[in-house]
Amino acid sequence: MLGRSANGIFWLFRYLERAENISRLIEAGFRMALTRDVADASDEWRSLIVTLGLQPGYEARYGPEYTGPHVFNYILRDRDNTGSVLAMTEMARTNARMVRAGITREVWESVNDGWMQLKEALARPVTETRLGDVLDLVRRQSTQVRGAMEGTMLRNEIYNFARLGSFIERADNTARILDVKYYVLLPSISYVGSSLDNVQWENVLRSVAGERAYRWLNAGRMDPRGIAEFLILDGRFPRSLAFCYSKLRSNLASLAREYGSEMHCHEILRDADCQFHQATIEAIFEQGLHEFIGKFIRNNTALALQIQRDYRFID
Amino acid sequence: MKTASPSSYDEMLNADGSVRSAYAGYCEWYKEQPPDLLRRKGSEAEAFFRRTGITFNVYGSEDAEERLIPFDMVPRIITAQQWRKLSRGIEQRVRALNAFLHDLYHRQEIVRSGRLPARLLRGNEAFLAEMVGFTPPGGVYTHIVGIDLVRTGEDEFMVLEDNARTPSGVSYMLENRETMMAMFPELFTRVRVREVSDYPRRLARSLAACAPPAFSGKKPVVAVLTPGVYNSAYFEHAFLADQMGAELVEGSDLRVENGRIAMRTTRGYQPIDVLYRRVDDEYLDPLTFNPNSVLGVSGIMDVYRSGGITIANAPGTGIADDKAIYSFMPEIVEFYTGEKPILPNVPTWRCAEPEALKYVLDNLAELVVKEVHGSGGYGMLIGPTSSKKEIAAFEAKLRAKPENYIAQPTLALSTVPILTKAGLAPRHVDLRPFVLVSPNGIDITPGGLTRVALKKGSLVVNSSQGGGTKDSWVLDD
Repeated sequence: MLGRSANGIFWLFRYLERAENISRLIEAGFRMALTRDVADASDEWRSLIVTLGLQPGYEARYGPEYTGPHVFNYILRDRDNTGSVLAMTEMARTNARMVRAGITREVWESVNDGWMQLKEALARPVTETRLGDVLDLVRRQSTQVRGAMEGTMLRNEIYNFARLGSFIERADNTARILDVKYYVLLPSISYVGSSLDNVQWENVLRSVAGERAYRWLNAGRMDPRGIAEFLILDGRFPRSLAFCYSKLRSNLASLAREYGSEMHCHEILRDADCQFHQATIEAIFEQGLHEFIGKFIRNNTALALQIQRDYRFID
Repeated sequence: MKTASPSSYDEMLNADGSVRSAYAGYCEWYKEQPPDLLRRKGSEAEAFFRRTGITFNVYGSEDAEERLIPFDMVPRIITAQQWRKLSRGIEQRVRALNAFLHDLYHRQEIVRSGRLPARLLRGNEAFLAEMVGFTPPGGVYTHIVGIDLVRTGEDEFMVLEDNARTPSGVSYMLENRETMMAMFPELFTRVRVREVSDYPRRLARSLAACAPPAFSGKKPVVAVLTPGVYNSAYFEHAFLADQMGAELVEGSDLRVENGRIAMRTTRGYQPIDVLYRRVDDEYLDPLTFNPNSVLGVSGIMDVYRSGGITIANAPGTGIADDKAIYSFMPEIVEFYTGEKPILPNVPTWRCAEPEALKYVLDNLAELVVKEVHGSGGYGMLIGPTSSKKEIAAFEAKLRAKPENYIAQPTLALSTVPILTKAGLAPRHVDLRPFVLVSPNGIDITPGGLTRVALKKGSLVVNSSQGGGTKDSWVLDD
């Protein structure tokens, strides 16, 4: 397949994954803000903008005040925000058009259909009343595209590049949430067991759609170490770092099989993979959660770049 | 149902309002349907097109809408017998076109014999000096041709235009049929219509049969070259590549490697054997033609001339689309086939000839005048629908450069009904059948693209000017 098409499919799935993750973050932030007084709510919204790396753009637009409707409209649909959910969905669709010959009609139609609906929904400012529906729409598109892909695409290089895009992005998103919220999970700083902590912890889980799974696995008991372990090391949870890397491992392995040889990115993956083998959450905390996450994000970025280089995404 | 104005041929109805045989099966079915069925299906079809992304035009600016070409749900129907005659005529014409192009770029016998004035080639931008003395692989110039036909009576089909350069619209032919079959499946069990859906397979086979001398392998590698996602016909490029199982490449994916044109794949650069290019000659090779082009490949003309790749259609075929050359097609057909043309031209006055010019000037209000290099219905005068002022302005242009124009009578184009708010109403149509040429022969897909002027009385069928399309049926015997 063309290097340009591999790049197109890789980014199509990164954009969709990112749009979905952003919608979860907004939802968690909104929920948090609802249960707070005005000052704390504003902090919550700011933290959301920081997590997404949008602080300079947002403050240039609205100044240092953070209110819900400003924040979620900025993230969802602001024209000045090149990383808005709308822009992301548009880029996803342009990429899908570009690789139209490499994806099935079902995948193309779910991307195109989702884009048409979202474009309409985001044509006017989103109110708090409409926010839930809009976020739902974003997630539904992602779910539909994923479903169409699972059900109709050949398991070949195209599929593997799509999955690599999804899991590189997902790992990055989960890691960034941990990076911004890591202090909430540090036992040394937190007021162990206070109700505020419980809400904060749950919010971290909610940002990655993990609150129900975690409760189910831990009989409702919240503790920061357990949450960190769940998000980093639990291979059963589809948004954990370990899960993303197990998928990256298997998709890169299928590529190596299909191409008959391993590339440099396979080596990088093996190195990065070590961090999950026999790692314990104790060891990670000892090393420093913040340091661990920082290193993870850097390695993940390096892996993505190496994949793009090895498979000639660009000249 | 209303008949058309008495002057033009109504393809569905006889003068007395009875149904012609071609439409007998369809009309029988139509009468049994609830009155609002077509309209209901019409909006279903539009949603279907938007969802599948069959759009054309304007992507450039941020707010540009992707437009749909209006699709009308009443099919255009041609009998098996009519089609047999048409396809013989098309086959003959396309054979002549290829022989003509070969001659033009070699000995120019037709000019030497005095049948074609040399002035038509001199300074003509569509005539490429780079092609002189070179024979494309398999001797094929026009791998894909669209012959635009108009009809004025029961047995009167005429060629309005030859599209030997890069005819477009075949994806609409295919999708229109898909849509009709999805909307009215039972109709196709009652009326036997010839298949068009294997066009992409025929295209792939036809292109693969034109592999260049450098090809060595089991199966020639075919790629479609598109100007990119913002081109108005991008949907068609992607559609055809997908249906053929070929790569859809852009200029930036390609480079010259070891005397071949190679595309950047995830496994490294791989040579292409046949390039179905949807990029104009001018942009094909910045080293040879427009130096600012980023749509083509530097050096592709050298590779081409040394046998490293097949370019379809061959560069320089656009000369055959020239309307002054068109006016000589009857002579051209006869010169190369030794036969009388089966399909006539529309009568054409060449304004370069003083007597013809005088006639044209005297009768401007009745004639259609076209620029010899123009296309898409632009730069033309339709006498009967133009104001005195418009005619006067055009007359000045014509007098200044008569050799730039040809003129034709305003034809009473045949009509086929479309669905309007007030029910079925006749509208003027043309037909573009698609023809494939390879060393193995000439292959014509039964049917083609019917374009229809949606405005009452209008003769302009171009999609860029308010035209729509119809599914075109050739009945099975």
